[in-house]
Amino acid sequence: MTPAGSLLVAHDLRKAYGPTHALDGAEFSIHPGEVVAVMGPSGSGKSTLLHCLAGIVTPDSGSITYNGHEMATMNDSRRSALRRSEFGFVFQFGQLVPELTCVENVALPLRLNGTSRKEAERTALSWMERLEVDDLSGKRPGEVSGGQGQRVAVARSLVTSPRVLFADEPTGALDSLNGERVMELLTDAARSANAAVVLVTHETRVAAYSDREIVVRDGKSRDMERVV
Amino acid sequence: MTARPSPAAAPPAAPPEPTAWEPQAEAPRLRQWSRDLAMGTKFAFTGGREGWVRVLLTGVGVGLGVALLLLTTAIPSAMQARSDRENARTDMQFGTTEPAKSDKTALVANVDTEFHGLDVRGRQLEPEGIRAPLPPGVQKFPAPGEMVVSPALKSLLESKDSRLLRERLPYRVTGTIGESGLIGSAELAYYAGAQGLAKYKDDVSGVTRIDTFQGEPQPSEELDPVLLLLVLTVFVVLLMPVGVFIAAAVRFGGERRDRRLAALRLVGADGRMTRRIAAGEALSGALVGLVFGTGFFLIGRQAAGSAELFDISVFPSYLNPTPVLAVLIAVAVPAAAVAVTLLALRGVVIEPLGVVRTARPARRRLWWRLLLPLGGLGLLAPMIGKGNDNGDFNEYMVTSGVILLLVGITALLPWIVEAVVARLNSGSVSWQLAVRRLQLSSGTAARMVNGIAVAVAGAIALQMLFAGVQSDYTKSTGQDLSRAEIQMSVPHTVSVDDARQKLVDTRGVLDAVVLSDSTLGVRGKDPDTSVMLTVGSCAALREAAKLPSCREGDAFAVQGVEYDEATPELAEPGRKLFVDPSYEGDDQGAEVPWTVPRDVKKAEPRKDPSGWERGGFLITPSALPAAAASAADAQIYLKLDLTVPDVRDLVRNTAAEIDPLTNPTTYTSSERSERFDSIRTGLFAGAACVLALIGASLLVSQLEQLRERKKLLSALVAFGTRRRTLSLSVLWQTAIPVALGLVLASVVGLTLGVVLLKMTDTAVAVDWPSVLAMTGIGAAVVLVVTALSVPPLLRLMRPDGLRTE
Amino acid sequence: MSIGHTLLGLLESGPRHGYDLKRAFDEKFGHDRPLHYGQVYSTMSRLLKNGLVEVDGIESGEGPERKRYAITEAGVTDVQRWLATPEKPEPYLQSVLYTKVVLALLTHRDASDILDTQRSEHLRMMRILTDRKRKGDLADQLICDHALFHLEADLRWLELTAARLGKLAEAVTR
Repeated sequence: MTPAGSLLVAHDLRKAYGPTHALDGAEFSIHPGEVVAVMGPSGSGKSTLLHCLAGIVTPDSGSITYNGHEMATMNDSRRSALRRSEFGFVFQFGQLVPELTCVENVALPLRLNGTSRKEAERTALSWMERLEVDDLSGKRPGEVSGGQGQRVAVARSLVTSPRVLFADEPTGALDSLNGERVMELLTDAARSANAAVVLVTHETRVAAYSDREIVVRDGKSRDMERVV
Repeated sequence: MTARPSPAAAPPAAPPEPTAWEPQAEAPRLRQWSRDLAMGTKFAFTGGREGWVRVLLTGVGVGLGVALLLLTTAIPSAMQARSDRENARTDMQFGTTEPAKSDKTALVANVDTEFHGLDVRGRQLEPEGIRAPLPPGVQKFPAPGEMVVSPALKSLLESKDSRLLRERLPYRVTGTIGESGLIGSAELAYYAGAQGLAKYKDDVSGVTRIDTFQGEPQPSEELDPVLLLLVLTVFVVLLMPVGVFIAAAVRFGGERRDRRLAALRLVGADGRMTRRIAAGEALSGALVGLVFGTGFFLIGRQAAGSAELFDISVFPSYLNPTPVLAVLIAVAVPAAAVAVTLLALRGVVIEPLGVVRTARPARRRLWWRLLLPLGGLGLLAPMIGKGNDNGDFNEYMVTSGVILLLVGITALLPWIVEAVVARLNSGSVSWQLAVRRLQLSSGTAARMVNGIAVAVAGAIALQMLFAGVQSDYTKSTGQDLSRAEIQMSVPHTVSVDDARQKLVDTRGVLDAVVLSDSTLGVRGKDPDTSVMLTVGSCAALREAAKLPSCREGDAFAVQGVEYDEATPELAEPGRKLFVDPSYEGDDQGAEVPWTVPRDVKKAEPRKDPSGWERGGFLITPSALPAAAASAADAQIYLKLDLTVPDVRDLVRNTAAEIDPLTNPTTYTSSERSERFDSIRTGLFAGAACVLALIGASLLVSQLEQLRERKKLLSALVAFGTRRRTLSLSVLWQTAIPVALGLVLASVVGLTLGVVLLKMTDTAVAVDWPSVLAMTGIGAAVVLVVTALSVPPLLRLMRPDGLRTE
Repeated sequence: MSIGHTLLGLLESGPRHGYDLKRAFDEKFGHDRPLHYGQVYSTMSRLLKNGLVEVDGIESGEGPERKRYAITEAGVTDVQRWLATPEKPEPYLQSVLYTKVVLALLTHRDASDILDTQRSEHLRMMRILTDRKRKGDLADQLICDHALFHLEADLRWLELTAARLGKLAEAVTR
């Protein structure tokens, strides 16, 4: 039942917030190095699916296996550790820590893993170079543009060389030019690092950077590749 | 203008219709103002649940401050009311001649007692005629065997464990003393009817004849200048943080308000309007605070009627704020609220699309910040050393000097926090998060800590002053508790031996020693030289001197007492001396002649149990002429077994049984000025309240700040940040500025303490334990605040924060 | 667009005369281009020949002979296949897509499936264009972007339609 070679697989996920069923039997799987777009209208449960897959939210029922390990059996601190070392995150509004400089923001996930400050910032700077924002290293997030900030956020999500990158509407707050640039850099970087990308978006032009897409509607998911 | 109408044909020029966007004329400005203020008020109350909570917090915060202020203004009048009442029931007239016996006089005997460590004011009354004066609050003289009591004493007498007191006061209760005869709701007092007090008249000092209870109008008692200094400093130290707190309270919810104002700008409000609207909001918060404060005060006032603090109780009616000061509070608090709000908005530009803090705030300058504390020192310096000569402190200079020094903290702290935090660097992630946040908004952090710093600095200074002055105000009594716990005199109407026997028979009394004192003069009338005469058994005399040997019938001359040079001179056998000589203008003495016996022995001095080293002659009773016996004043010293419960009350009961006018005194090793004690206790209570208040405001702003960052916190959790890391960063964020504040507070507090000690001319000594204690309390507040903000932090860190849909 | 499939789809709800078919077509899809009778007859005879429809009955009388057509099993399968096959992404697809959605609703099929399938097909095209854009020069990028934006517009329309399927179903089945 698990597609062979999948890195992250979810089966029959259900999650309710009060009376609303955000997820109602959703399925998901992704291979290493694959970019999968999660599409669907607002309120369909896309973000909830992402939060469940990333171990931020615990589903009411269903199973999620990462690399053969069942997530439901992990306690909170193990899931946190998993997120720190194996996963990366990009959100719609960057969510950079406003007090830290850009390079400190990028270095933050490494430092959470216990890397020394110097080492972390050196790695951070090399990622910022790849995303063409190394000249912003000393600036605070409030002093850079939205597109730049989002690229810093992408650098931050990749700095730990995660095996899965979760991106929730990464271009939602950007214009098309900046959005495309961010997507280009994000997918290039992820592919070269062989990281899988779970890309939640409602924009098809953004989804066009994916290898395949699944559609979430009313809490149910549809893998378009297997339908056709 | 193309067409030029002829003047004749032109219709009278109609005034142009005012268009909406044109600036309005002068007249409606007032209306505009009141409209803006009203809109602010509306916003304050109609913000939904969030808005209500904010108004409530502001109201409670300001209210607590206002209540404290009102209480402070009421204290002087309460003290005045107490002293007025006290003066209206005076029965000891000093410096006035006693009236002659008439039908307008009454005899009053002081029969104060103690029960379970509580003071009971007792008087025996004996009217000498139909027009004898009644004490205030008493309807008619109680007959012998009856008494009227205060309500507090009445309920004490009715309580279960006051059997001993009921036995001591075996009178029938026939009424209660009205409020006008009491100085406090919890005062224990009684008036008992008496008969034959006249026979004690010249014997017991507590019996006087009076024709009125109204004392001489007393010049308001001048406080000792050092005490005055203490009181002033305590008030300043306690009220300053309250001010800082009120300033913080009116800014609760500030960020949210700024965003609301930005939204108003978007729909067309101009910069000045938004400021007026903000002022309206602050004003209504402060007014709610005033209402709350009045409520708190009234509740507190009522509660004060049933409470007793530092042995002082008051009637609620005493606690009336001085009207002028009350009005001042009612005006100053809202005005201060508006001023603080406008001041806070000064560095903020509210744009339609959001709030812009003036990009890079000007670097804080040090010089004017240093001026404040230096100015304070300058004001205090001229008064150094004045404490002990005439002690004439200029109240205004002291107060403003102390205020300036303490305000100096609030000015210096932001600079120090900024300067230090800018230099902090590397460290763990939690440290880095906290430091960076502080670097970005060191002002906010410093503002939060200001209150604590001021309170701690003041408290440290006061502790030092207390510790330094303590020795001056704590007199060692010299009483030797290992030899006696109670001393009492016995009226001549009872036999000393009987009294002693009764006391020895009392449970818990180990021993009773009687020493009778009198004087020996070289002549019967107006002798120019006189010495002490002490009569007692051999055992008793050994308590007063070191005797080589002693048998009944012996007499001794004490040698080697510093102040007594006459005894060795007079101690020649055969010399004729007179017991109890008479002095011009005094009562007739016994003038019994006594001859120094041939075998008079020498004795070395020893302190008696009361701590007194006596000189003169010591003789055993049989060596004293019988006629002289009544001239001696007998003192009984009692050694008690303290393991017997209520032993002191048992002794007092026996004493009352012997004669109600015996006056037992309980020994203590040292005795502090009571007033001094109450100032010190007041400081502790006040500092605790103030720190709790500040802790509350710290917590509120902490939570507000956390809520603002909900999304960011959730994002940080998403990429695996440990809860511990975030909790620690919250701790650092409070702890760093508080630590800096406490260091500054210690420095300023020690400086102020040194200056105050120098002013009172007391040796400067740093009371390190109290410095540590005060900073420790400050640090404890931080820990408690952090501990209380962790649960909401953990709640905020739940992933729900990421949900946007 | 395929008139044959459309007429087949219309027949699925019940046998009709040629004339009725024309009227139904014009009413639902032919707002600006009504069908000619000849088109209907030639199409129907082709469908008859392929076994996708059959003659249900003939009414004789004055005027032209009136045949009643009914859809065969093979016809239903053909409609199904057509609906399930995404159109080749190209500009101005709306009329075909619209026809498909309405037919799906008329025949009580799941219209959102059609939309999802179509989006998937569009995305496939867009991936190719995006890939070409990334590797190509500026001219390539501009050309690809033009195509991408048009495809995106189609898809946006699809999304909107999907969101309004409920209302649309009410309108067409009335």
